[in-house]
Amino acid sequence: MLSIVVCVKAVPDPKEADKLMIDPITRTLPRLDIPLVFNPLDCHAVEAAIQLKQKYSAHITALSMGPPPAGNILRECLALGADQGILLTDPAFAGADTFATAYTLAAAIKMVEPVDVVFCGMASSDGSTEWVGPQIAALLGYPVVTRVREILDDQGDNWLLKADFDRGYRKIKIKLPAVITVTRNLNQPKALSFSGILKARSKQIKEWNHDTLGMPIEHIGLKGSPTYVTEMTRLESSRAVEMIGGTLREKVECLVKILSDAGVA
Amino acid sequence: MIDFTFTEEQELFRKAAREFAETRIALHVPNMEKTDRGWDEVVKELSEAEMFAVTIPEEYGGLGIGYVGRLIALEEIARISVATAMMYQVFGLGIEAFIKSGSEEQKQQYLPKFATGERLPTVAVTEPSGGSDPKGCQTSYTKANGAYILNGRKCFITNSHTADVQVVLAMDCNNPDSFTTFIIEKGMEGFKPTHEEHKVGMRGCNTGEIELKDVVVPAQNIIGGEGKGLKVAMTVIGDVGRGGMVGCALGVQQACLDAAVKFASERVLYGKPISNLQSIQFKIAEMKIDLEAGRLLGYRAAALQDKGERASNEFAVAKYFTTEAAQKAAKMAVDIHGGYGCMDEFPVTRYLRDSFVLGPSAGTSDIMKVIISRWALS
Repeated sequence: MLSIVVCVKAVPDPKEADKLMIDPITRTLPRLDIPLVFNPLDCHAVEAAIQLKQKYSAHITALSMGPPPAGNILRECLALGADQGILLTDPAFAGADTFATAYTLAAAIKMVEPVDVVFCGMASSDGSTEWVGPQIAALLGYPVVTRVREILDDQGDNWLLKADFDRGYRKIKIKLPAVITVTRNLNQPKALSFSGILKARSKQIKEWNHDTLGMPIEHIGLKGSPTYVTEMTRLESSRAVEMIGGTLREKVECLVKILSDAGVA
Repeated sequence: MIDFTFTEEQELFRKAAREFAETRIALHVPNMEKTDRGWDEVVKELSEAEMFAVTIPEEYGGLGIGYVGRLIALEEIARISVATAMMYQVFGLGIEAFIKSGSEEQKQQYLPKFATGERLPTVAVTEPSGGSDPKGCQTSYTKANGAYILNGRKCFITNSHTADVQVVLAMDCNNPDSFTTFIIEKGMEGFKPTHEEHKVGMRGCNTGEIELKDVVVPAQNIIGGEGKGLKVAMTVIGDVGRGGMVGCALGVQQACLDAAVKFASERVLYGKPISNLQSIQFKIAEMKIDLEAGRLLGYRAAALQDKGERASNEFAVAKYFTTEAAQKAAKMAVDIHGGYGCMDEFPVTRYLRDSFVLGPSAGTSDIMKVIISRWALS
């Protein structure tokens, strides 16, 4: 039986992006005021795991790190077909950078081992670093393929993957256990079903803290983060109308200059 | 202690229903509006999404989610297409007749197929002489050779042409005070759907007439017992019918509020979005107040239903309030849109037309007041 871990993240609802505020001290985005939703690319990671489960026998663990409300997305994973959920939740995990996040997730995956595949979305919609998947792989000593758009062969221990690369793609053979980060082209996630939600009643979501993982506090959260955000700025986009006058030639010359100054032409 | 919050599971039901409505139903709306048809496609979508299984107990192939779950699903579907929600709610009415009044054999025979949408039932009570006075029912039956022979005509029947099974209320020819409900199957000799209605709103929702001419019905097709027809019909209409209309109305209210907020935030007048104008803010506030109050009334009644209690009076209050509020919300949403509110490409015109169909369905507002006053005076 395949043992699959899917890492999922609860992100601030992009529809409420205008309400996002930057914490001036920690330079992080406090999440609790904004509804948390499923990171869009993680839906494709979950769907990949479910498709494998339908094809072969598999046990899927959905894993997330976040505040207690993040448990909602794990409940959703269970409704979609995951077998168990693990929420890594502890005030000590707060403020983690990508390394401390990967460190914590990897520690949890070690407790779930043996694992065949770890699926992650290619990136989160709030951070967009694409680092957590590769960092988990490095910490676990697994090979990693990022930006996977197709699983060409999933028989046995050597899988053949098609992954986005520059402006094209590359085919990569990878030996399990491995970490795979996925793009939206990999599949079309299925919708939640009422019967799936009911089946999730009998499935468990475990809550683990740093004690459960046996992690020293200086290795996690803000304290365990080797990187920090030096500055965070709210980008404002504005539009203005400028009327161009003169003869046709003058108008064209003026427009060309505007475009040229803007670096477009 | 009263807990007014939805459970985590109910929130997931809402998410599932919302995604379903936005991704699977919304794409059918333009065709439904244009052709006043398209019901086969949306009923297929509803079946595939397990919507008909929501109230059916698990032992009969359903999901047993209950009536709060049904109201959530209806509200979310109606927010996108009240025409679809209306068909869904009336199929639910037919299903409820079997759940509440069907014999064990009838439940075993019909409910598993209803759960998958393979077959679907509707309820036929209203006649040209009216729907709110079921005792004025002219469709009648006589007994002959152990069977029953039905004659009559029913009108304004939602799903008249699409339902596979009709639960028909008829009067005993020999005793005008006795009424019985019969299961009429599509294809029975003498039974046929006839005229198709074209309503001001809810386009694409099948509504029409059915005709019964010497239809021979076996005794095992009586539902709820001979002479118990009024109880069967009134039980499902009172709880599930009115409850369904509350779901439809809440969906329209939410859709109107969403459209009004969007337009008011984007439409600039005097150099600022019109949402800065107090006259617009007050309209939006009224819509929001009505929606919040309507939800409290509707979900409270549905919660009573889930506890196994009758909630027809509570649903009469909720039905009156929400359907009136939906009409008010649609009018205000159109007003906020100004001239654009008269143009077909803005959905508020549809909401306004749809809102007018909410009132008469499952009893007019005046009939609701009759029921509510009777409740208060009793």
